[in-house]
Amino acid sequence: MEDMKLRGLIDRVKTGKLSRRSFIRQMAAVGLAAPFANQLLSMGGVAMAQSKFQYKGTKRGGGGPLKVLWWQAPTLLNPHFAVGTKDQEASRIFYEPLAGWDEDGNLVPALAAEVPSLENGGLAKDGLSVTWKLKKGVTWHDGKPFTADDCVFNWEYATDPATAAVSIGTYKNVKVEKIDSHTVKVIFSKPTPFWADAFVGTRGSLIPKHLFEPYKGAKSREAPANLKPVGTGPYMFVDFKPGDIVLGKLNPNYHQANKPFFDTIEMKGGGDAVSAARAVLQTGEYDYAWNMQVEDAVLKRLETGGKGRIEITAGGNIEHMQLNNTDPWTEVDGERSSLKTKHPFLTDPAVRSALNLLVDRDSVEKHIYGRTGKATANFVNNPSRYTSKNNTFELNIDKANKLLDDAGWKKGSDGIREKGGKKLKVVFQTSINQPRQKTQAIVKQACQKAGIDVEIKAVKASVYFSSDVGNPDTYTKFYCDLQMYTTTMPQPDPELFLNQFTSWEAATKANKWQGRNITRWKNDEYDATYKAAQNELDPIKRAALLIKCNDLAIKNVVVIPVVARPRVASVNAKLAPWLSGWDNDLWAVANWYRNA
Amino acid sequence: MGNYLLRRILLAIPSLLGISIVLFTVLALAPGDPFEELATNPNVPPEVSAMLRKKFGLDDPVYVRYLSWLSAMAHGDWGYSFTSRVDVDQLILQRLPTTLVVIGSSQILAVLIALPIGIYAATRPYSIFDKIANTLAFIGFSLPTFFTGILLILVFSIWLGWLPFVYRADIPSSGWQFVWDHLKQTIMPVTVLGLFQGATLVRYVRSAVLDVIRLDYVTTARSKGLAERVVILKHVLRNALIPVVTLLALQMPTIFGGAIVTEQIFRVPGIGSLLIEAMQVNDTPVIMAVTFVFACLVVLSNLIADILYGWLDPRISYS
Repeated sequence: MEDMKLRGLIDRVKTGKLSRRSFIRQMAAVGLAAPFANQLLSMGGVAMAQSKFQYKGTKRGGGGPLKVLWWQAPTLLNPHFAVGTKDQEASRIFYEPLAGWDEDGNLVPALAAEVPSLENGGLAKDGLSVTWKLKKGVTWHDGKPFTADDCVFNWEYATDPATAAVSIGTYKNVKVEKIDSHTVKVIFSKPTPFWADAFVGTRGSLIPKHLFEPYKGAKSREAPANLKPVGTGPYMFVDFKPGDIVLGKLNPNYHQANKPFFDTIEMKGGGDAVSAARAVLQTGEYDYAWNMQVEDAVLKRLETGGKGRIEITAGGNIEHMQLNNTDPWTEVDGERSSLKTKHPFLTDPAVRSALNLLVDRDSVEKHIYGRTGKATANFVNNPSRYTSKNNTFELNIDKANKLLDDAGWKKGSDGIREKGGKKLKVVFQTSINQPRQKTQAIVKQACQKAGIDVEIKAVKASVYFSSDVGNPDTYTKFYCDLQMYTTTMPQPDPELFLNQFTSWEAATKANKWQGRNITRWKNDEYDATYKAAQNELDPIKRAALLIKCNDLAIKNVVVIPVVARPRVASVNAKLAPWLSGWDNDLWAVANWYRNA
Repeated sequence: MGNYLLRRILLAIPSLLGISIVLFTVLALAPGDPFEELATNPNVPPEVSAMLRKKFGLDDPVYVRYLSWLSAMAHGDWGYSFTSRVDVDQLILQRLPTTLVVIGSSQILAVLIALPIGIYAATRPYSIFDKIANTLAFIGFSLPTFFTGILLILVFSIWLGWLPFVYRADIPSSGWQFVWDHLKQTIMPVTVLGLFQGATLVRYVRSAVLDVIRLDYVTTARSKGLAERVVILKHVLRNALIPVVTLLALQMPTIFGGAIVTEQIFRVPGIGSLLIEAMQVNDTPVIMAVTFVFACLVVLSNLIADILYGWLDPRISYS
């Protein structure tokens, strides 16, 4: 899509000729995530839409206890240290960011008075800064006022390397200035169309300056408030046992009227996903359970009791297969899959296209993931109604056979194709996880029919996903031909997500395999397009470039998307939670209520 | 006796040192990385995990890490959990009461079941009662706790809906309601552990009593005209208990180990589940501390068993 066309579309939304929803749908059709599309609109001068969620509580409190179950137990309550989602979620009960993301990728203000836009002067036209107006009259749980100083402090705290905050990535490339007591300005070093990262969403929760100031830097772990949070959120801290339970009670001074609905909140951790689903869907002991990594057939059976239901929230996670562009079986300078090598046959476009035709995504969805994984041809995914119509997928063994025949890969006496002494034998690895092994079997079966021999390998998840440089079986080393896992899109902006196909991100021994380009695909056109997108001042032109990036990766079969994996939660039949695929599950816990 | 105790404690030090070296080396060689979640998250720059690794000395050679762990331990510093950024001793202390309540009650339950049944079965060997008791004991210790645990949950929580299956260490209610709530949630985990232990113990009690009951002094006591109850309780039981008490003491660490599975099933926040969680995220200091506590318990229980043995059996002297 050309940027002129995009500009025209945005103008039509402005003048009301095109609905916001259909604009987002058109963006999604070319592979742009909903949040990013919304960002485009706001850059183009269209105010963000109102969210659909209706809070039906009429007074503060009186809703009894809210009991939520996380089968991975939270271990700490400082949002700047929250590595996994479990810790982010637990701290989100007490802390809030300036704004959060709703299910359509709209910003919803929390501690901000309004969402910055071009009209209200919050967004700079040159994309070099964003000015946040803070909500007035907000107090921390200990009664101290929340001001711009707190925002500035959070930036200082996170960017101090000695603090070892995991939020450093969000804050290190920006500068934060206080304008007045309730206005802060986030300054970027270069034009940044995706301005809503610092102070927003999963990494944006704010901690109070007056309690954490003495503990900035190397002393960060000694802060008493690490374990006894004092935030601005709807619930106040009662008790926390790391790895077990978090307890909170209603905040009588919460800054939103008539909220929260529940008197207390309890987040219990530990156990396993299946029994967590049971506790919500079958016995009703708990109201909500997070991340149901359970086979859909089991969930359906548990749901029949009528005590609870499964809620599916679309997000950006994608289970996909990667094709190695380097030779995993030859060692060069102490590393396999070295950039100095070339894969003997996976670099042949015919083989790549054939493999793309041999992944039976429909069967994977139907027989393995059910509602918890939607078959897809796209790498950037959205709710099903936004799924791209540009790319298609099919299982076509005949077509794959023909492609390989035409490319000169002849079947040998053992039924395996070969050309120039090279046999189409691949090793396909993934982590030990039942759905993944079943998917491997489906791929293997189809490949066999096309004369490709697939050897299946499954690695223990704790090894496969580790960053252990000494272990050959990690996914970043990719010492085999094909591999499959889910990559997450924690940030609703495709730029960071798409850097995993740029040549300078290639994972190598030199960068301890921490580069994000694991397929080691190198393509000058992609690099140029991506760089142009990064340096593009005009956000709309940049969008067009990012769309091209996405298309290049799919057309060249750098990866084979399998299923888009939405978030799956068990919810009590009467509970009305406001969920979003672009933020934490508890991002809007103040709005949760129970129907009578 | 004092001399013996001193000698045993001195001997325990090198064995604990040896255990700690083995534990540390195995953990260091094991695959995995405590900052794995950081490494897989695109939003976290690699510098952060490098910084943390440096801060916690993870890039030092194994022996340097061991020595620093040892010297910290000697100073009473148990280390510091990578994942929750809390001192390990604090984590363990938080969970100790729960573990003690659950393990303690299950141990008591086991003794309460095993003693009467074992004694009664031994006084009437090969009777119907003995045969039933034996069969049940066999079934009891053949069924693993993870199986009986899930079975109980299925029956009492899901079909009948009587008992909760998620254990809560801090119940908000007070007074009798607190006791009742606590009892309700403890029943299943304690039953699972207690029955398993009890089943093993029944057979030991039975065979110990059977050994003693045939001895001449028991016949003498009977021929003196003493009541059967007195004969059993006063003359048989005290002697029969010697091996049973030793066994109980030696089993203490095993029970802690067995509780790991049960704690996981019922979400009991005990030391066992702490260990499992720490293992899942490669939180080495916590794994090290908990396994070391277990090792100390083994050594200590051995010592206690030896001392108890001498106290119960005057024929053994320690001088």
